[in-house]
Amino acid sequence: MPFACIFVPNFPVAAVLRAEPELRAQGVAIFEGKPPQEKVFAVNESAGRMGIAPGMTKAQAELCSELTLRPRSLLQESGAHAALLDCAQSFSPRVEDAGADTAILDLAGMESLFGTLPEIAGAVLRRAADLGLDANVAVASNADAAVLAARGFSGGTVIPPGKEGEVLGALPVEVLVAEHEGGEREDKKESARLLETLDRWGIRNLRALAALPKVALSERLGQEGLRWQQLAEGAAARTLVAVEAPMVFEEAVELEHPIVLLEPLAFLLNRLLEQICARLAARALNTQELRLTLELESFSSSCCTRPSEIANRQFLRTIRLPLPMLDSKLFLKLLQLDLNSHPPGAPIVKIHLMAEPARPRLAQGGLFQPPSPEPEKLELTLARIAGLVGEARVGSLELLDTHRAEGFRMKRFVPGADAKANRQRDSARDKSAVAALRLFRPPLRVTVSLENGELARVISKKKEVQGSVLWKAGPWRSSGDWWEREAWARDEWDIALQNAEGIALYRLVHDLLGGGWFVEGTYD
Amino acid sequence: MSSAVVSTSAAQGRPFAFEVEDEAEVCPQPGGGELFGEGRPPQRVVPGALVSGTFSGAFKDARLASVTPASRLAARAAPEMVGSGIAAMDALTGGLPRGCLTEICGPASSGRTTLLLAALAAATGRGECCVVVDASDALDPQSAADAGVALERLLWVRCGESSPQKGLEQMLRATDLLLESGGFGLIALDFGDLPPQTARHIPLTTWFRFRRAVEHTPTVLLAVEGQSIAGSCSSLLIKLGRQKHRVKEFANPVAPAHAQLLTEVEITAELVQSRLERKPVGSAEITFASRTAWAG
Repeated sequence: MPFACIFVPNFPVAAVLRAEPELRAQGVAIFEGKPPQEKVFAVNESAGRMGIAPGMTKAQAELCSELTLRPRSLLQESGAHAALLDCAQSFSPRVEDAGADTAILDLAGMESLFGTLPEIAGAVLRRAADLGLDANVAVASNADAAVLAARGFSGGTVIPPGKEGEVLGALPVEVLVAEHEGGEREDKKESARLLETLDRWGIRNLRALAALPKVALSERLGQEGLRWQQLAEGAAARTLVAVEAPMVFEEAVELEHPIVLLEPLAFLLNRLLEQICARLAARALNTQELRLTLELESFSSSCCTRPSEIANRQFLRTIRLPLPMLDSKLFLKLLQLDLNSHPPGAPIVKIHLMAEPARPRLAQGGLFQPPSPEPEKLELTLARIAGLVGEARVGSLELLDTHRAEGFRMKRFVPGADAKANRQRDSARDKSAVAALRLFRPPLRVTVSLENGELARVISKKKEVQGSVLWKAGPWRSSGDWWEREAWARDEWDIALQNAEGIALYRLVHDLLGGGWFVEGTYD
Repeated sequence: MSSAVVSTSAAQGRPFAFEVEDEAEVCPQPGGGELFGEGRPPQRVVPGALVSGTFSGAFKDARLASVTPASRLAARAAPEMVGSGIAAMDALTGGLPRGCLTEICGPASSGRTTLLLAALAAATGRGECCVVVDASDALDPQSAADAGVALERLLWVRCGESSPQKGLEQMLRATDLLLESGGFGLIALDFGDLPPQTARHIPLTTWFRFRRAVEHTPTVLLAVEGQSIAGSCSSLLIKLGRQKHRVKEFANPVAPAHAQLLTEVEITAELVQSRLERKPVGSAEITFASRTAWAG
């Protein structure tokens, strides 16, 4: 049963490089600790060539002008780890989370889907690169041999069955201990003691360790020593502990210096969106909701010095999409338009972006289907128009179950919604023209003169809507919502007015509660 | 890419300019090479470069000979016509043309909105998505529902919250975005209540842009306005006249007002202009009735 291991060497540096790919060609050192005792925690190969090594103080590292120093970011490491699991899950449903930098895949039955084992190793490498991770991939007949090969050999490695000991033999014994492992302190001490002992014995590689007599090794190093020898032989057998990778797609970035302008924010958002979209694509998912949380810098003033008041404020924006989509450029535009109309109002110190996963929509176009706007384009267009006229002033209509004037509400425009109901209504629709009312918003306040209790003349500030009443029908009284605060009661007339341009038909309303007269609209 | 090449007329000794179509082309030798003389290679014209020589009118004639006369040009394919939702209107105009601008103009209370809602009902009935870009926020949702518009397929853009001028600006920008987005069966621009002096501020170039954007698309672009403002950009211009109304009365000839009911409104429509056919149309007029929603 073949297993594959994806190992990300120098994981803290890889997490930073995933967030800032432009640093790949430079020397990068990661430091951690509280000032002024910050120490270099991890370095990349270029930094190592510059003489920078873990354990150096930040002040010492800063002497190298070509070096880029970054603080250790657990948020970025968490994102990189999630991306690693997504990469593994995109190839196999059985994945073991073997540490922050390591994932093991069960490849049983995968050949029929992805090709031969070398092809699978190549595909995994490419997928990891797409997700921004420089990983090593190794395939072997047991999980531990795959892990050791991934730690020891760069790029893709496929170990033929039965050749594990031979291939692993050249690797140094240090590969038996995971780098940057977050295990128990006692375990680390024990591993360090074993390595020291082997070093004193002159055992430098796994071949030498495998050649040691088992009984003598057991007497001197105990069960752990025997386990190490089994690993070195590539003969350790264990059951894979499969985990279900959580469907959480979030990325975050903490900023050293607060961002004030939207342009640099868009640059960072673009990067986060690309990472999230790559992860979603690896899992064959789309998203229907984006949640952006910006942590804003608070200004502590003399009047508010309590810790709760100077804590950073959070600014939340949610973009809901009518259909599942996966287009980082579109998402960026939508976020930009949203932030343009709702600016955060304070410098940003942390950006957190989360995508709610959704299954991709399954739609098949047809030759005879009526034209319909592309959902992605439409969403962007609607967002732009909302920026022009206001969010509440663009959308489709929904009539409310009321006789109140303006008994409707605006809702999101989603073409194709309720298609079945529409078809039924269309088939039953009468084809003759229906006289339409054209509304004045707000209703036009008018003065009405009465003669013998009858409507005689309408006067308004609008020249077109005044004149003598030629004909009238009404009143029709209606009222409602008397049990609410916004009760209403009104009398309605349909009137024909003679004005300078001719005769026009209007709807006249008398507000029985407010007492005013209004022309609500014209029959047009 | 075209560029002007200036040469010297041998006959008049004055410079003249003509257009070079291609980036680099070989000048023809009209009259069997008499222009350059025998054995002389053809001259290569580089765009933007000044070329001097002894050109004659024959060169120009040769270029003109390659132009297809208008009488031999293939007739432009007639646009697809779709129903306006009112049979009488379809009989008058043949329907509403796709990929063209249609203007419906008339004074207040002349039936413009009735016509607009009928067209929207027909388009949404065909399963198309439609837009109303409303300059004065005048659409009545109840009337739209009564006219049979599938409200789920209707996008309503409400402009003009602050002022007519601002509303017009919002409307034109929103229309640009919608035309660019594409995919709509009908885009209606409702300038109905906009003061004529404001509506006339729309530059003709805007209408040309709209016409170009909608060309070769399945979208019907419909403008509802008080007076025609798109000029030569509209393919169809329908003018509506003042309407007459009919009421239902009880048997009593002096029935009180509450015993009367507005049941039907008569609309007069005139086809003023149509650029869909190569020959000019004669003015044609029809009258049709629209019933009120409560008339049954």
